[in-house]
Amino acid sequence: MNDALRAEWTKLRTVASTGWLLLGAVAVTIAVSVITSSALSCTSSAGCHPDVTKLSLTGVDVGQAIVAVVAVLAVTGEYSTGLIRTTLTAMPRRGTVLAAKAAVVTGPVLAAGAAAVLGSVLAGRLILPGHGYSPAHGYPGLSLGDGVVLRAAAGSVLYLALIALLSLGVATAVRDSGAATGIILGLLYLFPILGQVIGSPSWQRHLEQIGPMTAGTQIQASTGLGTLPISPWAGLGVLAAWAAAALLAGGLLLRLRDA
Amino acid sequence: MTATIAGPRPDQEAERTGFGRVLRAEWTKFRTVRGWMITVVLAALLTAGIGLWVASGGQSSCGLVLPGGGGTAQGCPAAPLGPGGEAVTDSFYFVRQPLRGAGAVTVRITSLTGGNSSDNPGGPLTAGLQPWAKAGVIVEGGRRPGAPYAAVLVTGAHGVRMQYDYTGDLAGLPGPVSAAAPRWLRLTRSGDVLTGSDSPDGRHWTRVGQVSLAGLPATVQVGLFAASPDAVATESGSPTQATATFDHVSLSGVTAPGAWRGAAVGAGAAAGPLAGGFQQAAGRFTVSGSGDIAPAVANSSTSSKPADQGLIGAFAGLIAVIVVGAVYMTAEYRRGLIRATLAASPRRGQVLAAKAIVIGAVTFAAGLVSAVVAVPLGDRLMAGHGRPAFPAGPLTEARAIVGTAALLAVAAVFALALGTIMRQSAGPVTAAIALIVVPFFFSSPLAVLPPGAGDWLLRATPAAGFAVQQVLPQYAQVSNAYIPQFGYYPLAPWAGFAVLCAWAAAALAVAYWLLRRRDA
Repeated sequence: MNDALRAEWTKLRTVASTGWLLLGAVAVTIAVSVITSSALSCTSSAGCHPDVTKLSLTGVDVGQAIVAVVAVLAVTGEYSTGLIRTTLTAMPRRGTVLAAKAAVVTGPVLAAGAAAVLGSVLAGRLILPGHGYSPAHGYPGLSLGDGVVLRAAAGSVLYLALIALLSLGVATAVRDSGAATGIILGLLYLFPILGQVIGSPSWQRHLEQIGPMTAGTQIQASTGLGTLPISPWAGLGVLAAWAAAALLAGGLLLRLRDA
Repeated sequence: MTATIAGPRPDQEAERTGFGRVLRAEWTKFRTVRGWMITVVLAALLTAGIGLWVASGGQSSCGLVLPGGGGTAQGCPAAPLGPGGEAVTDSFYFVRQPLRGAGAVTVRITSLTGGNSSDNPGGPLTAGLQPWAKAGVIVEGGRRPGAPYAAVLVTGAHGVRMQYDYTGDLAGLPGPVSAAAPRWLRLTRSGDVLTGSDSPDGRHWTRVGQVSLAGLPATVQVGLFAASPDAVATESGSPTQATATFDHVSLSGVTAPGAWRGAAVGAGAAAGPLAGGFQQAAGRFTVSGSGDIAPAVANSSTSSKPADQGLIGAFAGLIAVIVVGAVYMTAEYRRGLIRATLAASPRRGQVLAAKAIVIGAVTFAAGLVSAVVAVPLGDRLMAGHGRPAFPAGPLTEARAIVGTAALLAVAAVFALALGTIMRQSAGPVTAAIALIVVPFFFSSPLAVLPPGAGDWLLRATPAAGFAVQQVLPQYAQVSNAYIPQFGYYPLAPWAGFAVLCAWAAAALAVAYWLLRRRDA
């Protein structure tokens, strides 16, 4: 397993795109969070977004797409160059290969996710009071010392790691980067969009309970916890179930198929 | 010697067959990859399937309707249709008497106040006047909802207006009404022609408008009315009420003036504090009413949906065609086939053009088939589930259907161009989905961005192309949350589609330039 880990880590590390994409994910996440925080203003109590914690983490909704691409390329890169045959010759235990890949992708994603989330929270802490989200309007500044904010921030980092694992599983199953990216982004964004347009609150709630993104991002909620479609940790659990199912399907296909 | 040249010059001929050959080669490549054909079929199935699922899903607010026939099967009544065939709202408090032939009604209005039920459902109303709360004089051609009418009225925030046949709206004196600044209103009927006038003092009259109403019967209902539309909110609107004080009421042309009779008319007639009513004392009338006389609009409190509900699945279809569009080009790079392709047809622009034509035509056909199936079937499913669709003209529906097919085609070409630029699949797929599908997610006012910023996303990004699916017009004289979730887009249908086309054209230009300049 150690050899497998080292081999996978070398492969991931020495591809230039990995570093650039993770850097891009951090930059895009923070940029979208900054833009969102700056676009809002809270002049009267009616126009204020109630959940500033979730607000300051908006960038995660976009940054996750790049994280998904990193995980997809870690698998499909091997298939497009034929390297997978060498990999499987050197390491015939295919489950170990997938486990090692999952481990080495998760590490850098956790690091990049932590940087992105910390940057977003910091941006929200600095920008939001200037747009009316001040203690005068009943919004104390964002602080990781606040248990709810800490849960939202740490949960968002875990969320990104689970998105990477989901993507890894899907990519292993379909082996093509275009198809894998399409499937993953479809899974992520179609649920919230369908929930918005279906025009039925109960169906919207059901869609938000089962969608990997809609359920998973409940971990960012800091207010109105009683009205969430699914509680924060249970929501992250739904995403974890999606990721586990994708990895299981990918692992089974990897074992059963010729490479 | 006479000229012996007949037919096109040989090189011209070769050129023409040259492009035909490239086109045939690209079509063969596409057709023989089973995964791509399956994905295109999948795109069509997703588009139609999700649209039909959304159309059949959910419940009508007039009684729970479960799929499969369970539950109470009472649906919402279809919205009444106005003289122009559009769905309308026609409920208000009407103090009336019959008028036969020609005549006129003149009133002075000295106050217009309003109440809102949002803070206290079922209880006393909190003060607050809706911008389009209305009170004034009206001539209506019958008691049937959707009957032709003309009215001169004061509004909460838009001054005096003359409105007729639900969609017509003409401006009169500006400014709010009060005891210090009363408004005199007059409506004159002569045959089918109605003339509205207003005056600040009862002496100097200005004509607001003159309209001819088709199908007005000889005997019409004339009188005073008050109405107040639901307060606008994105989640759910709350009923409101308007109260107006009339005096100097005079009626001419009525041979035997009878007693004024008041009643709340229309399907939305409410009970409790919103029921409305009128009092008459010493020549003063106080009339309270709820509802609206206006074209119907889609929002969260209307159970009806626009007729394009069956086209909602285009989101899912778009993702599938984006994948095919990108991979159609990047597969050449992945397998090294691009070198054979470019060796066989060295004019690289032709290769790109042939690929764009093939992918555009295939996805257009798939989109057209699914939209042609989804729209009429979706309408029927919604009606069967007690949520009849707002009617749209056949031309509008045809534009939404063809537009949806074109949306899929241009999105696929856009992805093809991005694939040519990036030469691997994950990047163009992510970029195209992020630019076309994700802005819709962010434009939702239920998400985080303020409405202005969300609007901007749907004007500038390729997601503007969704506007081509809009079937319901927006009305300046109806306050509503005109947002994508209810089927309204910030740009006009073809303007939004043009934005998407501009993105695709720009990407194709960059792709052409890079393809020519780079080694394969």
